[in-house]
Amino acid sequence: MTQPVIEMHAVGKRFGKLTVLDEVSLTLAEGEVLGLMGHNGAGKSTSMKLILGLIRPTRGEIKVFGHDPGGTEANDMRLRLGYLPENVQFYEQLSGFEVLDYFARLKRIGTSVVAPLLERVGLTHAMHRRVKTYSKGMRQRLGLAQALIGEPRLILLDEPTVGLDPMATRDFYGMVDELRAKGVSVILCSHVLPGVERHIDRAAILGQGRMLASGSIEELRQAADLPLLVRLRTTRTRESLAESLHPYGVQVAMLGKERAELEVPVGAKMAVLRSLMDDPEVVDLDLEPPTLESLYAYFDATLETRRESKTFSAATRNTPQEVSA
Amino acid sequence: MRSLLIVAGKEFRDGLRNRWVLAITLVFGLLAIGLAYFGAAASGQVGFTQVSTTIVSLSSLAVFLIPLIALMLAYDSIVGEDEQGTLLLLLTYPMSRVEILVGKFLGHAAILGVSTLVGFGVAGAIIAALGSVEQLGELVAALALFILSAMLLGWAFIGFAYLISVSVAEKSKAAGIALVVWFLFVIVFDLALLGVLVGTGGQVSEGLFHYLLLLNPTDIFRIVNLTFFEAARTQAGLASIGANAGLHPALLIGALLAWVVIPLGLALWVFRRREI
Repeated sequence: MTQPVIEMHAVGKRFGKLTVLDEVSLTLAEGEVLGLMGHNGAGKSTSMKLILGLIRPTRGEIKVFGHDPGGTEANDMRLRLGYLPENVQFYEQLSGFEVLDYFARLKRIGTSVVAPLLERVGLTHAMHRRVKTYSKGMRQRLGLAQALIGEPRLILLDEPTVGLDPMATRDFYGMVDELRAKGVSVILCSHVLPGVERHIDRAAILGQGRMLASGSIEELRQAADLPLLVRLRTTRTRESLAESLHPYGVQVAMLGKERAELEVPVGAKMAVLRSLMDDPEVVDLDLEPPTLESLYAYFDATLETRRESKTFSAATRNTPQEVSA
Repeated sequence: MRSLLIVAGKEFRDGLRNRWVLAITLVFGLLAIGLAYFGAAASGQVGFTQVSTTIVSLSSLAVFLIPLIALMLAYDSIVGEDEQGTLLLLLTYPMSRVEILVGKFLGHAAILGVSTLVGFGVAGAIIAALGSVEQLGELVAALALFILSAMLLGWAFIGFAYLISVSVAEKSKAAGIALVVWFLFVIVFDLALLGVLVGTGGQVSEGLFHYLLLLNPTDIFRIVNLTFFEAARTQAGLASIGANAGLHPALLIGALLAWVVIPLGLALWVFRRREI
């Protein structure tokens, strides 16, 4: 079972002249949770559709469970796969039970799984009510129950927490953790998910169809080399702090009376902390490593510079082609 | 194959749930009984009229109604599921696009088929029981042919509805095109043919004209039901030309069947190429 669940090698997808995905490589191991991040139009949905076998890549290769997802063994793959599309509205006239029953039978599984699944997502009380009467959170949970039909080994969730309240979001992540513990591979697809760091093993950041960065949160932090934030309550002034911490390359800002915020380079973290701990004038201290959100913002900003250089090189490269055409 | 039946069954149950089946059945039944009873009101009498008159007036009304109902029933079949996101989901399930489309078509065909059969069938039984029908055999045969051709006409227009539904990206657009299709086949086509006939001073060869009528399923439906009654020819309008043509009923039914299969086949062809 060392075979990755998903392997993408230098995958590209073009619609007409528009390149929506370019040289994207990705692997997902068993029991791994991957956060796939990016703007609208970054190529998230296209990547999902490629993995689901709904569209075929223009270039490169994709394997899901070791097979081409658009090929002849696709039906077999689809039995082991769960998918929650973005903004899906289930059949409003049917009850939650009927909706799930329909999808369970289409997945060649009997009605017997429906009630337990609804219980698992906490919809038992509403299962005979029409979907029309469901709240956004209930619909999303119904969608998740749908994705869980047949104990899939790979689950793709597109914007799963949009419109959920904080409690429902927490429950939702709890379910993702459960799945991971069972060895299910999960892809969470999102613009950006506050607080998702603890629930994913790796993040992949897409921008304009390119893979901007991928790796564990730790790896991304190292690659981005963003400073961590240290918030202090201290009687010391900005000047005196700046002077004593200057050797470590620390930036100091005052947030208010007796409150300072330090931007500490990752490498100097321990040294700065030691010196602050020994300082009797530092009353309290809070540590905040770079969040996924700030990492995302950082890698997304690199896109701008890349694009500028790319446009330049593309322009010079294209000229002879245009002449010959 | 199992998936196909599951999809068809769900579509049919939807039809029961949202009262389509009930509504269509009632409309057809009341229409048939009403026409049978009040059909002769213009000549100053009420009461059940001759079977031939009833069927002829019924077919000339049904020819407007059935295509409209079929198009309304099914215009959003695919584009509707696309808009609500379930089409994308269904495509990730272990079944082919052919199974999705044909399954849904069978479900819609069953909704219209059952409504037609029950609506007109019950009406026929009531007419037979209450009216003084001299030749019961004639009524049964005429009604059976009427119901069969009405079903095929409805299915042909469900086929059109599917072709529209797979070709557009928005529900509202599908509804608009459905209306145009209805208008073209039910009204414009006949007017255009009439125009050709008058414009050429009747020079169009009769044989050619008969085959031109086959290009419109609504005209085939009219001819099928008119040819059954010699007496009705004078009331039949343009289609009476076809009634003289001696086109065999089996040929006409076959032509209607082709009108079911061809749009559906085209819809399949388009659907398999549809970008998701």
